[in-house]
Amino acid sequence: MNFIKGFFGFTVGSLRVVLKGTGAYYAWMALLFVLMAVGGAAYLAQFSEGLGVTNLKDQLSWGFYIGNFAFLVGVAAAAVVLVIPAYVYGWKPTKEVVLLGELMAVAAIVMCMLFVTVDVGRPEMVWHMMPFIGTPNFPFSMLTWDVLVLSAYLAVNLFVVTYLTYTSYLGRPYNARLVLPIVFLSIPLAIGIHTVTAFLFVALPARPFWHGAILAPRFIASAFCSGPALLLLIFMVLRKVGAFKIRDEALVKVGELMAYAMAVNLFLLGTEVFKELYYPTAHSIHAEFQWFGIEEHGGGHHVGLAAWAWMALSFNLTAFVLLAVPAFRHKTSLLTLGCVLAFCGVYIEKGMGLLLPGMTPGVLGEIYEYAPSATEIAVGVGIWGTGALLFTLMVKVTMAINDGEFRRKSPA
Amino acid sequence: MSSDSKRASRREFFKVLGAGAATAAVTAPTAALGFDLDTFFQKHFRRMDDDELQAVIERKAAEYAKTYGKEFTVKATPAYEDVLFGYGLDISRCIGCRRCVHACVEENNQSRDPEIQWIRVLEFERESAIRGIDLEAGNPYYDPETVPQKDKFYMPIACMQCEDSPCTNVCPTGATWRSNDGIVVIDYDWCIGCRYCMAACPYGARHFNWKEPTLPADEVNTNIHLLGNAPRKKGVVEKCHWCIHRTREGKYPACLEACPVGARKFGNLLDPDSEIRQIMATKRTFVLKSELGTNPKFFYFFGGAER
Repeated sequence: MNFIKGFFGFTVGSLRVVLKGTGAYYAWMALLFVLMAVGGAAYLAQFSEGLGVTNLKDQLSWGFYIGNFAFLVGVAAAAVVLVIPAYVYGWKPTKEVVLLGELMAVAAIVMCMLFVTVDVGRPEMVWHMMPFIGTPNFPFSMLTWDVLVLSAYLAVNLFVVTYLTYTSYLGRPYNARLVLPIVFLSIPLAIGIHTVTAFLFVALPARPFWHGAILAPRFIASAFCSGPALLLLIFMVLRKVGAFKIRDEALVKVGELMAYAMAVNLFLLGTEVFKELYYPTAHSIHAEFQWFGIEEHGGGHHVGLAAWAWMALSFNLTAFVLLAVPAFRHKTSLLTLGCVLAFCGVYIEKGMGLLLPGMTPGVLGEIYEYAPSATEIAVGVGIWGTGALLFTLMVKVTMAINDGEFRRKSPA
Repeated sequence: MSSDSKRASRREFFKVLGAGAATAAVTAPTAALGFDLDTFFQKHFRRMDDDELQAVIERKAAEYAKTYGKEFTVKATPAYEDVLFGYGLDISRCIGCRRCVHACVEENNQSRDPEIQWIRVLEFERESAIRGIDLEAGNPYYDPETVPQKDKFYMPIACMQCEDSPCTNVCPTGATWRSNDGIVVIDYDWCIGCRYCMAACPYGARHFNWKEPTLPADEVNTNIHLLGNAPRKKGVVEKCHWCIHRTREGKYPACLEACPVGARKFGNLLDPDSEIRQIMATKRTFVLKSELGTNPKFFYFFGGAER
């Protein structure tokens, strides 16, 4: 009963905290609400008209939404790259980073779920895949596995962040014997959500571009670039607005970790490209479409995704150099640039850079050059806005507690 | 269970919801939105008992009658015992006329706008065959004055009714499965439209209702099977089902009957005297993308000379 009362106070207090803020805070929130409204309106149109308002076709049935989903699973999983050293090795510099990493994981998973939901033709029937009320095709369908691990990962991270924030609100130390085992559980889960999401694609022999053993390791390596990159950029902003005190040492350390991850990612990419292009088989046509474009029988050159693929590669290479050379990453401006490039590079390479070549040409050889429709982009913007809003609200509460503004009044 | 006790069980359901008095309030606004609780909570096809299935059949028949102003025969005919269907297509005989494509659309109530076609015919240069059948070299949009064109050959492709079907493996809700007669069917009311099966199908056999399908009342086929040619809604996947509303009653699929050159053969693979088995015994046959291990039950063969 005491707990319920205390937690109720915490919830009401949190609501009060998020309603108060500076002008910049209100402007930011207003912007996010506009984005959400744009996305919401676009989704309503899609819901009533059908997915025909997208540029998807039978020959290319997944696109922008599933690309964003695959990318965001990586962002969510990457919280763990910071959690492991912080908790397990008591690695001080990143300790303050961890909580924000987990908040980001929560927001990213919510966005993942939204992106999958907007891709589904009949979202109102999603209960058909739930246990007990529906008939989940478990364990055969990788999609049922993905729902399982994503939900578990969301639950674990939600619990940890709520527990940590609530105890600091109470002004009590957290119980390491409770938190640590759960944090340990989140490590295999983070690897799990990424592996299962990669297996979603690997499970399809019809799509040789995805049907390779290297996809899961590549997913994880690139996730360890994009996730921390986004987090570092958020830190830079939070530091600018004076909301969080984070030592340079912590940021540089995370940047160094990203450099290792990027090295592995680039190496795996190289092995993949070698395998596809050294002796191109019929299956290599997807990689050719990605890197060079392809000639259509009976004339017509399809430029394909060449410009995007090379852009992503150059972004990732540059990011690697900026993050790997100590003199560069110690400069805040270059560290920031490295993060921006790594984030954008991985977004291209693992979003639509993974999706589109996998489905182009289609299984019967047809080439359809897809680009998302205005509706798809609007819905996507709305979902990113929703994630940002959720993250902002959670950070606001955490910050208020950190600053000592928001604490339980009565003595414990 | 009679339809009366069926209604009683539905009342039970509302009681569970604690909404006895609010039932009318719930159904009235939802009905206005075209939302029907019986439709929404309809069970998976394979989980329905006989009475529940009968209730669904009656409800659907009433719905269709209202929508199209016609009397429908709604069926859920099960598979024959001891039958495994197989399909053969004589690739040396096909002239690429696409009569099968259009007969299929008319028979199976596909959307006319946007038009969904379950059979896709690829046109190949005869010379390109020196590289084997390279699907990228096939043209699905060929449109000459007359067919067959000189130096071309044609290859119709639809659902292969795979024995090891990737589509049914990946479906998260089990809305699609392989029946005992080998036909892969879809419960259109259970499909959530995630399109994972479309990513998994190596033959492009599965098609999605990207918009609300349009099906003019004067073109609708009223002889329907729930897992076959029942009219679909937007947001679900559909595909060829070898006309189960016909073949489970001893008839041939519509595409076979429409073929003007007799390139299409259909029969029971378990019957050693069937035409399809005779073809397999005497002609050179192949399946598409055999390297994937899908074990199609749709075979291409070269008619012409005896082996």
